[in-house]
Amino acid sequence: MPRITVTVDGIQYEQDVEPRLLLVHLLRERLGKTGTPVGCDTSNCGACTVLLDGKSAKSCSVLAVQADGCDVVTIEGLGANGSLHPMQQAFHEEHALQCGYCTPGMVMAAIDLLRQDPDPSEETIRQGLEGNLCRCTGYCNIVRAVRRGAQEMGQAVSRP
Amino acid sequence: MTVDQEVGRPRRRKEDARLLTGRTQWTDNLSRPGTLHVMFLRSPMAHARIARIDVSGARGLPGVVAAFSGQDFREEQGSLPCAWPRSGDTVIPEHPPMAVSEVRYVGEAVACVVATDRYRAADALEAIEVDYEQLPAVLDMNEALSESAAKVHETGNRAFTYRTTSGDLEAAFRDAPVVIDRTFVQQRLIPSAMEPRAVLCETDGDTFTMWTSTQIPHILRTMLALVTGVAEHKLRVVAPDVGGGFGSKLQVTAEEVLCLLLARRLGRPVKWTESRSEGNLTVHHGRDQIQHLRLAADSDGRIRGLQVELLADMGAYLVLLTPAVPLLGAQMFNAIYKMDAYEFACTGVFTTKMPTDAYRGAGRPEATFGIERMMDELAAELGLDPLEVRRRNWIRHDEFPFTTISGLTYDSGNYEAATDRAMALFGYDKLRAEQNDRRDRGDPVQLGIGVSTYTEMCGLGPSRWFGSENAGAGGWEHGSVRVLPTGKVEVVTGSSPHGQGHVTAWSQIVADALGVPFEDVTVLHGDTAISPKGLDTYGSRSLTIGGIAVLKACDKVKDKARRLAAHVLECSPDDLEFEAGAFKVRGTESQTTIQELALAAFAAHDLPDGVEARLDSDATFDPDNFSFPHGTHLCAVEVDTETGMVKIRSYVAVDDVGKVVNPLIVDGQLHGGIAQGVAQALFEEAVYDADGNLLTTTMADYLLPSAADLPDFALDRTESPATSNPLGVKGVGEAGTIAATPAVVNAIVDALRPYGINDVRMPCTPERVWRALQDRTLEGARR
Repeated sequence: MPRITVTVDGIQYEQDVEPRLLLVHLLRERLGKTGTPVGCDTSNCGACTVLLDGKSAKSCSVLAVQADGCDVVTIEGLGANGSLHPMQQAFHEEHALQCGYCTPGMVMAAIDLLRQDPDPSEETIRQGLEGNLCRCTGYCNIVRAVRRGAQEMGQAVSRP
Repeated sequence: MTVDQEVGRPRRRKEDARLLTGRTQWTDNLSRPGTLHVMFLRSPMAHARIARIDVSGARGLPGVVAAFSGQDFREEQGSLPCAWPRSGDTVIPEHPPMAVSEVRYVGEAVACVVATDRYRAADALEAIEVDYEQLPAVLDMNEALSESAAKVHETGNRAFTYRTTSGDLEAAFRDAPVVIDRTFVQQRLIPSAMEPRAVLCETDGDTFTMWTSTQIPHILRTMLALVTGVAEHKLRVVAPDVGGGFGSKLQVTAEEVLCLLLARRLGRPVKWTESRSEGNLTVHHGRDQIQHLRLAADSDGRIRGLQVELLADMGAYLVLLTPAVPLLGAQMFNAIYKMDAYEFACTGVFTTKMPTDAYRGAGRPEATFGIERMMDELAAELGLDPLEVRRRNWIRHDEFPFTTISGLTYDSGNYEAATDRAMALFGYDKLRAEQNDRRDRGDPVQLGIGVSTYTEMCGLGPSRWFGSENAGAGGWEHGSVRVLPTGKVEVVTGSSPHGQGHVTAWSQIVADALGVPFEDVTVLHGDTAISPKGLDTYGSRSLTIGGIAVLKACDKVKDKARRLAAHVLECSPDDLEFEAGAFKVRGTESQTTIQELALAAFAAHDLPDGVEARLDSDATFDPDNFSFPHGTHLCAVEVDTETGMVKIRSYVAVDDVGKVVNPLIVDGQLHGGIAQGVAQALFEEAVYDADGNLLTTTMADYLLPSAADLPDFALDRTESPATSNPLGVKGVGEAGTIAATPAVVNAIVDALRPYGINDVRMPCTPERVWRALQDRTLEGARR
């Protein structure tokens, strides 16, 4: 059984894994990182999105062995000292979650979106989050939250 | 001291922090020591006899603890319940949780494996052998009702026929200047809550605890006891964090029954978590009707009569509310309109597909779609504006309360105000002008304007009404309010949320009622051991019934506090006024707070005679009537006549949900509701092939809209308080979904009407729209 080394939310783990083990199952069932949920089995919904070496990845579509040597950040690794990450705070302020099941993936995808475009338009946000499905909000408040998150992360260029 | 009203404030939700940081309690997150994983082998056939099934090959495999087929549960598994056979002639077939001798839809469980982990369980499923003798699939409802049709059940393919008439329909249609006759199809939908179902069940040998992703822990507990014989008092059901439902988790599922039986048989905790593909096959589906509608009108557009003839696809079995869902249409097709005569008839039809049941709106979206499409057809026939034809028929605001032709009494509403506001926000006249302009110049991109002036019956519901309509239970709800010794308030609600924000909204109600800080209120729910009484969450009932139960419990707490305060302050209870959380003796400085009284009631050193220790109370609320939210939704679409592509250009919704407790939550419910209604109009359909295989088993095939597929929705409100509850609130959970679908389809048809098109089947995909245009062009060429 291959042995991998992976850092998750700042802690390094060594694990013997079956080659077929999915990263999301490593996180949830081996490491107790249940903050990252599973919403589908075809990588359409994005609920399981994490940051893999800084870029968003759907952890249901990554084998644990592929994450060998990687740095993984999950929803549980955001924020510091008990305070929310600005994107989490923005989701709260804008009521961008209802049942909350898509929220971890949506927040991680939004953070990655801002890495690529710190000041995204509504259209850019809608296109950029296309791979993350939400059944509760109709996305209106998610789009608003990402705009607010962008502003509060201090990266937004003020628009005329 | 004055205190700001909490009710009406856009309070940010108390629920969020946990959900935003991943400290969640989804059922699949939970585990008990030694938990085993269950996987089900499911039928690949729509209809077949099980000639042979052999699970022995699975039993010796690594990690496998047990494997069973339906034969093994034969004596103990019971039959899955149908709780609302509203029509007296309803046939309820036996429905074994695990098929024993015959399968009737693709996905029906035929065997299971219990293993140490889910990978091992999946491997072992491969080793189970099943021989099927294929039987004919039954897929088309009209064919299913023919004499020569193959039978889904021995009793035949008709589940029931229900008919209700009021007024003289024959007279209404006789010599009517206008008769509109249309057939619409409500396609089958897959509810698709984001959290797949999961069940965890453990036993200590005597009692059982089940954690399950359900909307209905209380109903489930009673039903599981009835189905399996596990004594109700030995069974605790917990709905932990539940990731959406939309009706799909308003069910007593085969998997819940089987996990309970497995825990009992093995004496170990068992867990089952479905995959999305498994869920698309086996979470109950929604809608699926063929609607034949006839409407008779005078030449000025006044409706004389409406005749509704439905075929409703039950699927293979009647599950919890299957036959009742389409029959909610009996009270809803007449909608907001006055008419002389009305007939509603519905035949439930068995097919070899997944059973249907409640999906957001449950019977009311189907009805609203039918009537709102017909109103547009009537307007087109008469050359009237679609809003004008509605004005000529709707109940005027000064006519409330109004008893409709189908027998409901609408308590309040103002259709004129909502429509006027929506038209102004939408820029109705300007968009009509642009539409005419595009038509005149033959623009390949045509503009369509869709109207939906809906109402719905929600807040299910008055127990007497449920009783009169043959439902298994009533519609009350329960609440408890406990002021703790330190003055903090613990609320227990029987209504079990899954995204609706009960904790926040109930805190607002209690904060106002008791004059305590919003932050000092906590709300418990979703566990039959903590919240022993309840009828759960569906039908937009939580606030209008569950919230009111909590309010009534607050009233009782205050009554008790008043007696205690009078004793403490040595005055008559009548001399006390309650304000900002304190009882004050009128005209003096003398007062005591609710927190002080809670401590006194806890210490119980000096209670007046007849006052028991602790400052708490509980209450149930059973409404006299439904609540009737309404609104006007306007949708503008651009239809590319060369590609068939439909783009929503703007969407305005003005809804009247009575008094609003939390506008943030109300808007969120509407946003999400509208998105699901739009999704039915444009994107979603559960498709079975000619052999009865579901083709849309994944999210790659069953198209939920993404952010890129939807516009922003412009919302506003009017406020006609409900008279059926003391807060004046109406339900909002389903309103958006009910309203949106006809608004979008009416807009598409409006854009295409100059081409001679008067319907496009849902979902109105580019292909369907393009084909509709091609068909008309070809017809024109042949002429």
